Amino acid sequence: MAPYSQLSFLLTVLLIFGALCVTSKVQIQSSSERQSASSNTGSTGESTSNSSASITTVPIVTWKWHHVETPYLVALWILVCWLCKLMAQLNSKLKSFFPESALLIISGFILGGIVWGADKAQTFKLVPRNFFYFLLPQIILDTGYFMPNKLFFSNLGAILVHAVIGTCWNAAAVGISLWGCYLGGAMGNLQIGLLQFLLFGSLLAAVDPVAVIAVFEEVHVNEVLFIWVFGESLLNDGVTVVLYNVFDAFVSLGGEKINAGEIIKGIVSFFVVAFGGSLIGVVFAILISLLTKYTGKVQIIEAGFIFVLGYLSYLTAEMLSLSAILSVTFCGVCCQKYVNANMDEKSVTAVRYAMKVFANGSETMIFVFLGVTAIDTDIWVWNTGFILLTLLFVLVYRFMGVFFLTWILNRYRLVPIELIDQIVMSFGGLRGAVAYGLAASLDETRIKEKNLMITTTLIVVYFTVILQGLTMKPLVKWLKVKRVSPTELKLIEKVNNRAFEHILAAMEDISGRIGDNWWTRGWKRFEDTYITWFLMKPEARKNRDYLFSIFHKLNLEDAINYVTEAEKRGSLAFLNQTDGTIVNFEKKLRFSGVMPDIMSELDFGNNNVQPTSDTVPSVSLNIHEHEMKRMNEDFNAHHLLQQHLYRSRKNHRHKYSRSNFSINQSEDEVQEIFQRTMRSRLESFKSAKMGVTPAKKITKHPKKDPNHKMSNGKTTDKSKKHPYGDEDFEFSEADSAYSGDGPRRFKLTLSVAGVENPAFIVAPSQGAQRYLPWSPRNLHRLAPLRISDRSTDSFLMADAPATEESSEESPQQPSQRDGTHM
Amino acid sequence: GTYGIAQTVRELSVISHSQITRLYSRFHSLDKGENGALSREDFQRIPELAINPLGDRIINAFFPEGEDQVNFRGFMRTLAHFRPVEDNEKNKDPNSGEPLNSRNNKLLFAFRLYDLDRDDKISRDELLQVLRMMVGVNISDEQLGSIADRTIQEADTNGDMSISFSEFIKVLEKVDVEQKMSIRFLH
Repeated sequence: MAPYSQLSFLLTVLLIFGALCVTSKVQIQSSSERQSASSNTGSTGESTSNSSASITTVPIVTWKWHHVETPYLVALWILVCWLCKLMAQLNSKLKSFFPESALLIISGFILGGIVWGADKAQTFKLVPRNFFYFLLPQIILDTGYFMPNKLFFSNLGAILVHAVIGTCWNAAAVGISLWGCYLGGAMGNLQIGLLQFLLFGSLLAAVDPVAVIAVFEEVHVNEVLFIWVFGESLLNDGVTVVLYNVFDAFVSLGGEKINAGEIIKGIVSFFVVAFGGSLIGVVFAILISLLTKYTGKVQIIEAGFIFVLGYLSYLTAEMLSLSAILSVTFCGVCCQKYVNANMDEKSVTAVRYAMKVFANGSETMIFVFLGVTAIDTDIWVWNTGFILLTLLFVLVYRFMGVFFLTWILNRYRLVPIELIDQIVMSFGGLRGAVAYGLAASLDETRIKEKNLMITTTLIVVYFTVILQGLTMKPLVKWLKVKRVSPTELKLIEKVNNRAFEHILAAMEDISGRIGDNWWTRGWKRFEDTYITWFLMKPEARKNRDYLFSIFHKLNLEDAINYVTEAEKRGSLAFLNQTDGTIVNFEKKLRFSGVMPDIMSELDFGNNNVQPTSDTVPSVSLNIHEHEMKRMNEDFNAHHLLQQHLYRSRKNHRHKYSRSNFSINQSEDEVQEIFQRTMRSRLESFKSAKMGVTPAKKITKHPKKDPNHKMSNGKTTDKSKKHPYGDEDFEFSEADSAYSGDGPRRFKLTLSVAGVENPAFIVAPSQGAQRYLPWSPRNLHRLAPLRISDRSTDSFLMADAPATEESSEESPQQPSQRDGTHM
Repeated sequence: GTYGIAQTVRELSVISHSQITRLYSRFHSLDKGENGALSREDFQRIPELAINPLGDRIINAFFPEGEDQVNFRGFMRTLAHFRPVEDNEKNKDPNSGEPLNSRNNKLLFAFRLYDLDRDDKISRDELLQVLRMMVGVNISDEQLGSIADRTIQEADTNGDMSISFSEFIKVLEKVDVEQKMSIRFLH
């Protein structure tokens, strides 16, 4: 932008500022005057109202500053902070070099300087209470709501290790080292003890989520690295709160009273605080989800419930002295899925945007105020040794902690975290406003060196945010850290990704071990049966497998592209010029399956807002092929693929169990795949039979018994061992494949007798003889599979002249396989 | 005996003893005929494979060319492809070439699933077959054909309208195959 407009902005800001200071000064003076006047006259309670009985004529306009003072100042400050952000964004040269948070802090310095110049005192400080109650909650709610859940939970173990152990290590190491140096005399004379050092260490130990978001979202590192640092910054609040409170209590108690009992209490309080906070978050998430189930009628304000309840979860946890950040995080994390499913699309969009506005706004204010607060001679105490040593220890121990813990974690990881990523992770251990807030809330009667601690904390914060933020991008580039690829996956990558999933699922099944997926499967099964029933609207529940944000997004993208193209050509009339063009805007709520895309989960960072929502697709573009060729061909192919690729079992594995299929829309898919597989198997058997290899026979027995559980090939065969070793086996599909959908149940039992040796047994086993009527001795031409309740087709292959074909009802007893040989 | 097999297996790749034992008992339970080898039917007995679109091809991958039986060594050999990639292989024998679970060999495994006729090229038809297996019935042949064409276009650098193995590797270089084709329990 032109320098003049920037200049004018600057002038506006400064003007507003000057007004602020002047009015505040006037207000101070006038209030002091009023106070002296009232003390003179002896009346109290009149000091806030100017409407005492001293008017002589009807006032047309009065100066009502005192009425509006507080809200006015608040609003002005918000305006000023956001203007600073605007200015920071306008200057693109500066922006590419400095991280925005650094620029905001520097603006804060300038503004603080102005205020201090006017008032000779810092009237506007970052008060801990305001910070913790009004500025922080919405940021954390935003991060929880937009958390990529799959990524988060799959890395939860590593995140917890870093958050808990890493933070404890940081706190202890920094505290004890500083104490050691103090004893060694590096800091001169201070009124401080070991416990206070530990307290100081604990408040400095925590990596700050606000700072991490602010810096990392501009850098775009790969997702695992991001989620580790980010998750750690959120979850370590549990530890920080505990450590801070415990050491604060220890300091109050005094060193002598600390015995084993107190220490144990401290450890217990960690579990209580952490789990209690998370539990409160989950409870509130349930409340929100339940509520949105019924707010269909008040769509206008249903978006608001999320904010209110989210805030309440924060305050509730705070009230019970549990970890408030954990509470809000888990509230957002747990409710996002259900809320997005239950609410109307417009409400979902409203929530997303409002969240971003609040979060970004708060973040801006926090950074500006961090700068403003520094310009205050009251708090500045300089102690070179203390400050420099703190800086050093904070950095060094962060590196040590990360490297050590990652080394341990790598031994259990599929793909180890590289050294480069570890360096970035250590470097990303930024401290921020939370540390400052904790420092500012120290009790100065107990902690004599509070100002020194505040100073040091501020310096550490500035160092990490400004300096480390500055160098993060060049460092990432220089180290060639694996970045998130901004481009969408190519078709072939998508096809192969899906193929890999299928292959992996098959390998896991073949080797009989579930590997990692066991717990995920079990949880998903539980979630699908109980939780979604409880928390989701029935319509949303029915549609949720048809809803895929990719589908909807792609449709919307298609639509947008289409309209753009149309506008380029003048109007949508160009549709009529091409023959065979079909554009169906229909409300389609069904489609066969879509590949889950990690891209939709990569929505991290405050500035990264996706333009579309992920609820019921209300539009499905069915644009005919010719038209597509004229437009961007790419998205058509991707779109088709997304729409039609079968989901791999890993992704609907949760609906599948060894004993029964759960109700699912994927039954169509499953049926298709199953039919095709059986068909091809029979074909190959047939062709094998025509060739040299001995005939293989297939009999198929549909089973009607709805109560029959799926029999695993293993168990069934154990009970029937043919003495001649023929390969009698049975393939049986799980029963109750459609159990949720009503009475229609279908079970398929396929048994194949593989014959190794042509000169084989002819006499069927006893079991087989019993069921002979239903298992024809002769095998006929294959008939296509028919899936129906009543069909009793058997699929046989002709070996000898076909004699009979069974068409009776299948046996009522849950009978098993049998084999017949010819 | 088990020891001999384990010894053989260790030549192929380094899998822990307990894993070998576990997999051998799985092999044994799949082997109905108890003749020390698995046939295709043994695999087809696993129900989940019937609803896996690539199930039959994967079963085929276990069987060497033209054979109908796979012994434990072959079983392990195929599974060994899915071992996580490790930097420090204990037996980095220069003569044995790349370990089975290297990135290239994992990709080769996938490549061979597509390339049925083993001519080291995925032709359009072969790709169509695979796509057809992985995609529902609602998509028409023409649409599938255009997807196949587009897919080949993305990978084909020498213009022969088919994907060779080197092109395959190249076009998938950004995909984290090590993660996607590894099973933790084999570690």
